[in-house]
Amino acid sequence: MLKTYEYPKFAYRQSDEQRTGKPKRHQAVVIGAGPIGLTAALDFARHGIETVVIDDSDTVSIGSRAVCYAKRPLEVWDRLGCGDRLVAKGVSWKVGKVFFRDRLSYQFDLLPEADHKMPAMINLQQYYLEQYLIDEISRRNGVELRWKHKLLSLKQADDHVVLTVEAPDGVFTMEADWVIACDGANSDTRRMVDAKFTGQSFQDRFLIADIVMKAEFPAERWFWFDPPFHRNQSALLHKQADDVWRLDFQLGWDADPEEEKKPEKIIPRVRAMLGDDREFELEWASIYQFACRRVDNFRYGRVLFAGDAAHQVSPFGARGANTGVSDIDNLGWKLKLVMDGDAPLALIDSYNEERAFAADDNLLNSTRSTDFITPKSPASRRFRDAVLELAEDNAFARPLVNSGRLSTPTPYVHSSLNTPDEAPFGGRMAPGTNCDDAPVSSDGRRGWFLNTVGDGFVVLTFGGAPAQREIPFGNIGARVAVVGRDLIDAEGVLASRYDGQQGTTYLIRPDQHVAARWREFDPAKIRKALARAVAA
Amino acid sequence: MPLQTRANIADPDGFYQELIDSQRDLREGEAELMNCKLVLILANHIGDREVLREAIKIAGGAGAMRGNR
Repeated sequence: MLKTYEYPKFAYRQSDEQRTGKPKRHQAVVIGAGPIGLTAALDFARHGIETVVIDDSDTVSIGSRAVCYAKRPLEVWDRLGCGDRLVAKGVSWKVGKVFFRDRLSYQFDLLPEADHKMPAMINLQQYYLEQYLIDEISRRNGVELRWKHKLLSLKQADDHVVLTVEAPDGVFTMEADWVIACDGANSDTRRMVDAKFTGQSFQDRFLIADIVMKAEFPAERWFWFDPPFHRNQSALLHKQADDVWRLDFQLGWDADPEEEKKPEKIIPRVRAMLGDDREFELEWASIYQFACRRVDNFRYGRVLFAGDAAHQVSPFGARGANTGVSDIDNLGWKLKLVMDGDAPLALIDSYNEERAFAADDNLLNSTRSTDFITPKSPASRRFRDAVLELAEDNAFARPLVNSGRLSTPTPYVHSSLNTPDEAPFGGRMAPGTNCDDAPVSSDGRRGWFLNTVGDGFVVLTFGGAPAQREIPFGNIGARVAVVGRDLIDAEGVLASRYDGQQGTTYLIRPDQHVAARWREFDPAKIRKALARAVAA
Repeated sequence: MPLQTRANIADPDGFYQELIDSQRDLREGEAELMNCKLVLILANHIGDREVLREAIKIAGGAGAMRGNR
């Protein structure tokens, strides 16, 4: 098979604590150096949490795997310093085509909303994502990656966790105030704490393959329902970086995974998909079976679950990695405030409250896509086929076609950290919602709103000239940013997205989510909302 | 607007005949597919989720139509 990518090999190093036999108490130990574990490491480093990541391999993801990254995770990675690099390397697609049997049912244009720094989504092989995150980590202090380290067991103490870890030089002990399990859908950590991981598993298998195709082929997403080259199943084709294309074939339950993975079995399929005369080479192929399930609690004592270790969804709609990044976005600042004694332990429990809610929303969306793509009964299949046949000539049926919905963050609308509105607001920036970006300038330079917000508490207020530069609560300070003074909203996009009238004031959390909003700047109310946002 | 459950179709015999005639020459599977399309076209025309929910409930046998007894 061809190689467009050289897998790096990261050196194993014996740690001081293994060499000396004296366990060191770390603030955070992250299990697993996948996209979520690495994002956690970067985010924790930014918050000043001393972190060690352990991983039993010594390289990045083998194969393209996750592929699709949506706007919100890109915004998080931008805050962590690698947004531009990911977007530059990634591939954006706008046109999607839906085929039913031998016909083009219809095509659509994503028409992404203007005035956001980050695109609606990019396609990029997972190994590039991990490589870029690792590069960024190597530039940070206070975070250490330990390759070839495998967690064997853990024991919870009152205020820390004792980890038994195996490395090439033998078994040794580490200690951590908090353990963050990012070790994927088959998480060993989850088994070690006896967490329940329940839901629905599907009797279906998928073949995923990366092919290299140098010839001109449009950068579009093509989805086939019941195509002539793969009857009664579905198939997906989309572009990644380096002329690598990703193919997903639904195989059905009766297929033999080992047989289907053989190049002589894959190549004729791809030929039928692309047309016979196109030249391509197979780079990587894998088989997977998916399930929709989640852990019953994201926190077990001092062990916290994130990413696929906490929730597993179907691949339709690219919700796995995207929602995992939002887990970390939610967790990092809470962990820091609790570690520093600036917020009660209840703030950590709000991680479960908010992210379990989001996981359930993702599971619902992903189950709906699955029911459309792989109908579970003859009646369900008839409705699916009726929608697809109608869609060709009837625009009304197209919104019913579900080949995976673009992953968008779930607003924490019922979160106990929110302060409910007292006045009516237009737009979508309700408490619990992630902040929309907008072009703004500050210090005479054009830039983006989310970059100016950063990762601390911010009080955003439209107009006026409040005397306070900061609203304090205990050791926490919310920085006051005045639109018209500290940042200039020349195009009015910010005011429009936030329904920003004179006096309108938002309290924004460190994860760039709205905690509260009012029609006037009232320090007493802001203080109260700030206390509530840290579960105090 | 609640689901219209009083008789609302002009010339009911004519409508019924039209419906049956439209599937007279179809095989079972084709007629079933056509029925699905018909449901989707009419559902889109109605649009109102409350009305559709009530109709789905009644069609599923979850209660008699109001005004029937």
